[in-house]
Amino acid sequence: MTMRRLSVFNVTSLVIGFAFLYLPILLLVLYSFNASRLVTVWGGFSTQWYGALFRNEALMEAAWVTLRVALLSAMLATVLGTLAALALTRYGRFPGRALFTGMVYAPMVMPEVITGLSLLLFFVAVDFDRGFWTITLAHTTLTMCFVTVVVQSRLMTFDRSLEEAAMDLGAPPLRTFFSVTLPLIAPSIVAGFLLAFTLSMDDLVIASFNAGPGATTLPIKIYSAVRLGLSPEVNAASAILIGIVTLGVISATLLSKRSVLRSRRNAH
Amino acid sequence: MRRSFAPWATPDAKPLIRFENVTKRFGESTAVDHLSLDIFEGEFFCLLGPSGCGKTTLMRMLAGFETPTEGTITLGSQNLAGVPPYRRPVNMMFQSYALFPHMSVEKNIAFGLKQDGMPKDQIADRVGEMLRLVQLEKLARRYPSQLSGGQRQRVALARALAKKPKVLLLDEPLGALDKKLREETQFELMDIQHDLHMTFVVVTHDQEEAMTMADRIAVMDHGRIVQVATPGEIYEQPKTRFIAEFVGDVNIIEGHVQGQENGLWRVKTSSAAVPLTIDDPDEVLHSGQPVAIAVRPEKMVIQRDPPGPGAINVLTGEVWDIGYLGDWTVYRVKLATGEILRVTRANASRFVENPIEWDEQVYVTFAPDAAVILAE
Repeated sequence: MTMRRLSVFNVTSLVIGFAFLYLPILLLVLYSFNASRLVTVWGGFSTQWYGALFRNEALMEAAWVTLRVALLSAMLATVLGTLAALALTRYGRFPGRALFTGMVYAPMVMPEVITGLSLLLFFVAVDFDRGFWTITLAHTTLTMCFVTVVVQSRLMTFDRSLEEAAMDLGAPPLRTFFSVTLPLIAPSIVAGFLLAFTLSMDDLVIASFNAGPGATTLPIKIYSAVRLGLSPEVNAASAILIGIVTLGVISATLLSKRSVLRSRRNAH
Repeated sequence: MRRSFAPWATPDAKPLIRFENVTKRFGESTAVDHLSLDIFEGEFFCLLGPSGCGKTTLMRMLAGFETPTEGTITLGSQNLAGVPPYRRPVNMMFQSYALFPHMSVEKNIAFGLKQDGMPKDQIADRVGEMLRLVQLEKLARRYPSQLSGGQRQRVALARALAKKPKVLLLDEPLGALDKKLREETQFELMDIQHDLHMTFVVVTHDQEEAMTMADRIAVMDHGRIVQVATPGEIYEQPKTRFIAEFVGDVNIIEGHVQGQENGLWRVKTSSAAVPLTIDDPDEVLHSGQPVAIAVRPEKMVIQRDPPGPGAINVLTGEVWDIGYLGDWTVYRVKLATGEILRVTRANASRFVENPIEWDEQVYVTFAPDAAVILAE
C-alpha cells in the first residue's frame, strides 16, 4: 500500500469525520469519571460512579441478564448462521436458493422496530411468556445473518480440494468436516460469534419489545434511567458497555481478516 | 527390467483397472464419451490431452469424486459403482497439492494412516519411511506455508503414498514446478514407482512429461481416447493428425494417393515436383484418396548441394529462419508453395565450416520410412 500525502483538506475531513462519530462517546466516557453529581459540570477525576454502579443491584441484575442473553443468543446464532452459510455455499443451486438467501439476510436490513414487533406478536400468539428466553430468541434471529455473512465469505475462498484430499485419504464426510473444514474456518466462526455477541449486548429496540417483567437488559435499564434524569452511574455503565463492544468488534475484525489472509497464503 | 514390461501385449493378462463404455455428462456437455480402457498392475500410465479433453474427469471418476453417467469402472475384481472416495484403495496427489495448512508435514502424511486406525507406533514408522523416501526428514515439523513449491510437492506425494494404495493418481504432478526441478522430479517419480511396484496413473497436458515417464500413454481428445500406445509408438506411429501434431513437432504435407509401387506409396503433392515415396505398409489406401504425410523435423535432412539424380523425396526452398538451441539447430525452410518446413539438425560437432545461412537455397530430403501417412 502506498501512503498518499495528507493534504490540509484530507486532514480536516478526517478530523471532522472522527469528531462527528466519536466526540459524544468520548464525552460520555470522560464524564463517567466525573467527581460531580451534575452530569454537565466537571468536578474533578473520580471512579466513585463505577463503585456506585457495582453496588446498584438493579443495574447489575440487568447487566447479568444482558451478558447471559448475549452469550446464549450468540451461541445459537453461531450454530444456525454457520449452517446457513454452509448451505448457501455448498449446495449449489437448490430450488428456492434465492429466496433462502434473501430471507437469511432480511433481518440485516429490516427495521428493528418491525423485527421486534413481529417477534412480539409471534410470542403473544403462541402464548410464550416474555422474559429471558424471548429476548434470547429474538436476538438469535437478529444476529444469525451476521454470522452467516462472515462465515460465508470465508467459505467462498475455501479450497474444496482440501476436503477431497481428506476423503481420498479415508475420512468420511463428517470426519472430514471436523478435522479439516472446521479448523480452517474456525477463526471466521469465532469472529461471527463475537459480532453476534456485541450486537446482542447493545440492542435496545428488539429487546424492549420482547422483554418481560422478569428480565430487563442493560440497554433498556439505561434508557429508562435516563428518562428519569441523567446520572453519572449510567455513564459508567455505558462506558463499560462501550469497552466490551469495542473489544468484541476489534477482535472479530482481526480474526476474520487473519483467516482470509491465511486462506489466501495457502492457496499458492 | 523396465524394457520387458508389457502386460498389455500379453493376451491373457488381466487388467487392474478397467473402464467399460464409460460416459460422463455435465448437463449438456459430454466430458467423457463411451470410453473403454484397460490399465495393468505396475504400469506407469499417462492420460495425455489438451485442457478440456476429459482426462481430469476420467481420473476423478476413478478417485470417486465423480460418478459415471453410464458404464462401469472396475478395480481388480471390484465394481467401483457406489463406492465413496474414502473406501477406495486409490489415493490421489492433487494438482494444488491440497496440503492441510493447519497440520505439520508429519501430521499431513499421517492423516490417511490415522483414518485407517493404524497403531501410533506404526504410524510413526511409516511417516518416517515416507519422509526418507522424499528426503524431507528435516522438515517434519514445518507447516505447508513454510515450504517451497518443490517441498510441498514432495509432501503431497508422501501423503498420497503413505497408505500404499493399489493405484496412485497424480493430477498434473509437476505442473507447478520450474523446468529444472520438473525434469529431476520426473525421474524420481519413475524410480519411486518402480521401487514400490505401484500402479501410477498420471494426468498431464505436457507431452514431454508423458513421453519421459509413461509405460503407456492414452492420448485423449473430446472425451475419447484417440490412441493408447507406448511413447515410442505414439511418436513414431501416430494414428491421427491430431496426435502427430499434439505430441512433438511435425511437418504435415497434404496430398493425394497416386498408387502403390513395390509396396511403397506414391503421393502427389503440390510441395514437390515429383510424387513423394512413402514406406508405410500398414496403411490401407486407395488411389485419389486425400492424405497427410507426417514427417518429424529430426528425420529430415537439410543440405545446400543438390542431391543426385536418383534421389527421392526432395523438397526445395529457402532458409527462412535459423534457431540455435545449443544441442539442436532448427531451420525453418520456406517452400515455393509458401509452406514452412521445420528441420532440425543435431549439433554433433562444435565447429561447422561454412554453415547454412539465412535466405540460402536449400534441399530438404527424407527417407521413405521416415514419414507416416495419415488418412484425412
